[in-house]
Amino acid sequence: MKQTEGMTLIVKTVTRVSVWLIVLYGIYIIMHGHLSPGGGFAGGVIIALALLNVMLAYGGNFVKRWVNIGFLHDIESSSAAIFLAMGILGMAMGGGFLANFISKGQLFHLLSAGTIPILNIIISAKVSMGLFVVVWALSIFHLDKGGK
Amino acid sequence: MILPFLIIIPLLAAFLITLISGEKDNWAIVLSILAVISLLALALFSFFTTGNDTFIYEMSGWKIPLTICLVQDAFSMYMLVIVNLIALTSLMFSVTYIRHIAAEGAWKYYALFMLLVTGMNGVIATGDIFNLFVFMEIALFSTYALVAFGGKAEEYEAAFKYAVMGSISSTLILLGIGVLYSATSTLTMANIAAILPTINPQVVFWVGALFLAGFGLKAAIMPFHAWLPDAHSSAPAPISAMLSGVLIKALGVYVMVRIFFNIFGGLAVFNTIFMVLGTVSIMIGVLLALGQWDFKRLLAYHSISQIGYIILGFGLANPLGILGAVFHLLNHALFKSLLFYNAGSVEMILGTRNLKKMGNMTKILPVTSFTSMVASLSIAGMPPFNGFFSKLIIIVAAIQAGHPVFAFWAVLGSLFTLASFMKVQRYGFRGENKIEKPDVGASRGMKSAMIILAVLCLVSSALIIPGIREVTLDPVVTVIMNKTGYIHEVLGR
Amino acid sequence: MIVYILCFALLLVGIYGALTKKDLIKIILSLGIMGYSVNLMIILFAYKKDAGYAILVKDAVSTNMVDPLPQALILTSIVIELGITAMLVALAIRLFEKYKTFDITKIRRLSG
Repeated sequence: MKQTEGMTLIVKTVTRVSVWLIVLYGIYIIMHGHLSPGGGFAGGVIIALALLNVMLAYGGNFVKRWVNIGFLHDIESSSAAIFLAMGILGMAMGGGFLANFISKGQLFHLLSAGTIPILNIIISAKVSMGLFVVVWALSIFHLDKGGK
Repeated sequence: MILPFLIIIPLLAAFLITLISGEKDNWAIVLSILAVISLLALALFSFFTTGNDTFIYEMSGWKIPLTICLVQDAFSMYMLVIVNLIALTSLMFSVTYIRHIAAEGAWKYYALFMLLVTGMNGVIATGDIFNLFVFMEIALFSTYALVAFGGKAEEYEAAFKYAVMGSISSTLILLGIGVLYSATSTLTMANIAAILPTINPQVVFWVGALFLAGFGLKAAIMPFHAWLPDAHSSAPAPISAMLSGVLIKALGVYVMVRIFFNIFGGLAVFNTIFMVLGTVSIMIGVLLALGQWDFKRLLAYHSISQIGYIILGFGLANPLGILGAVFHLLNHALFKSLLFYNAGSVEMILGTRNLKKMGNMTKILPVTSFTSMVASLSIAGMPPFNGFFSKLIIIVAAIQAGHPVFAFWAVLGSLFTLASFMKVQRYGFRGENKIEKPDVGASRGMKSAMIILAVLCLVSSALIIPGIREVTLDPVVTVIMNKTGYIHEVLGR
Repeated sequence: MIVYILCFALLLVGIYGALTKKDLIKIILSLGIMGYSVNLMIILFAYKKDAGYAILVKDAVSTNMVDPLPQALILTSIVIELGITAMLVALAIRLFEKYKTFDITKIRRLSG
């Protein structure tokens, strides 16, 4: 085989098919966070694991070419800042910090529960990018050490 | 309405720093200093407007048993002033120092520093026991990273030890919180305090033992002190100042006093434990410090000893003892931070921490050696400086409370402290080595940080003068002495 | 009652491992065990006899639910543990770079 990086062709092909399904499942969990078990954190972890699947199958260098790690890092930081901004917006709208200032809607509808779905999406961005970048950074440590 | 901003501002600053700063650290410095100045202004303003009142801030528009609340009373505001004051001087000192030890990526330091401030402000302001745990972990987490920031082998070693000890103690605290929740079905501290007298009294002892071990490890009182000299002496100097100056007080002493006095109602058995552990810490800390020749390690051992005085003062549980302990909290933060800045400035310019390799500092670093003189006199308890008054009050209170034995050990510890700092001045700053004057001196930021704290060491003695004391220290003592009055203040009934 | 005692035994296993093991990775795993045991204990505190899930279900009125708060608490504490573990692993890797060993008895450059 010519490929030196990552795992075998079988694993790569399976990963190529399955990774988007995993991401889709993560998005489903995030979107239904206010209706069913799960939510921003669980969905974010699922998305991060999908990305980590790619990293395991194709190797760290491929991921470095595929996505811009600095951009992921920026998403992570800005999602935290946006979360805080939502909290301050809650104060500005008259409630306390993080008050739910949008109309709650009807129970069991997808578009309901005010700010909670929005916060779920922000948290999922933070968690998925954070977890992926942490594990990616740890794997880079390892590569450098092996290189010496 | 001020209270949530004390947490929002540093948190927002931390994330903005990671977003906007590129390779350079200029924006990071500007943002973090602006954030800390505004925090200090807010803290000072709310300290002087609080007085004997208590204000509650309820998050997200829910009412108290259902939501996380922030509590603003004299004690928490007093601690916030100390934390943000030391944080400001530490940042002033950091600018040159961090560029010296880490050529690139210095902005990471400022982001972590703001997270540390967030964690400490949160621990102090919160009125919810699980929220306290979360903020404590934020503070500790950034501390582990900051201790290792210099990137030397010893720093990683110290950070690893610290992180292991910190995790064990955090787990014990989480277990204590879980037991407390299962016994009282609430997490708001005032509600817990209201429910505790109505249930089996043994719960208090179980939970008290877990919290004593957990928070005692954070405060580095005697049997749990092993991590402190490594972590505090290996960290970069401004971080050592933050750790020794405020972190062990905010995470250790403040939380212990809140829990054991305001929630458990100041039980006599815990007061006795405090007194004994405090006295043991005073003696062991100072005896270990006497034999040290590493300047920062010596200072770290003195932190154990001085925390012993504070714990002893709180354990005496009479108004005078608590006054002394509260006053010593401020004083120790001032002079210990100053001493760590001195050590950091010497280390940066001469590249050594060994007292035997220093000498004729008065010529080379006039500001550093003068301010170290002030700080040494303060920590050793010489009359015009603040350390004298707080130690005197604690010792008088010990005699008044009928514990002359503890007073004797406290006096003896003070004498050993004086001897130890005589050694620092005699061999270190006025030593016989003739050292060439190096090209670089301390920068303006470092000098002004040291001068501000040296002036405050002298000025803060004035807090004890009748008239000033009534508006500064007495409300704090009232909050602590008012034990379960905390319930009425917070719940409003 | 027996489940609480088993949880406590697991906590003691974790403490024993963290204090006596010499390998950095084993210490990190022991800290993980400690954390899990406490999480398990807190989630057990939520248990109520014959109670259902703490979720609202369409067209069904549930009056008897388990306590929903502890699962929120342990979710938070799991996140914190994730961060601490990542931090410890990073420190362990750095220590390995510097000392070329995971044995804690050989990592002693700091004097007592």
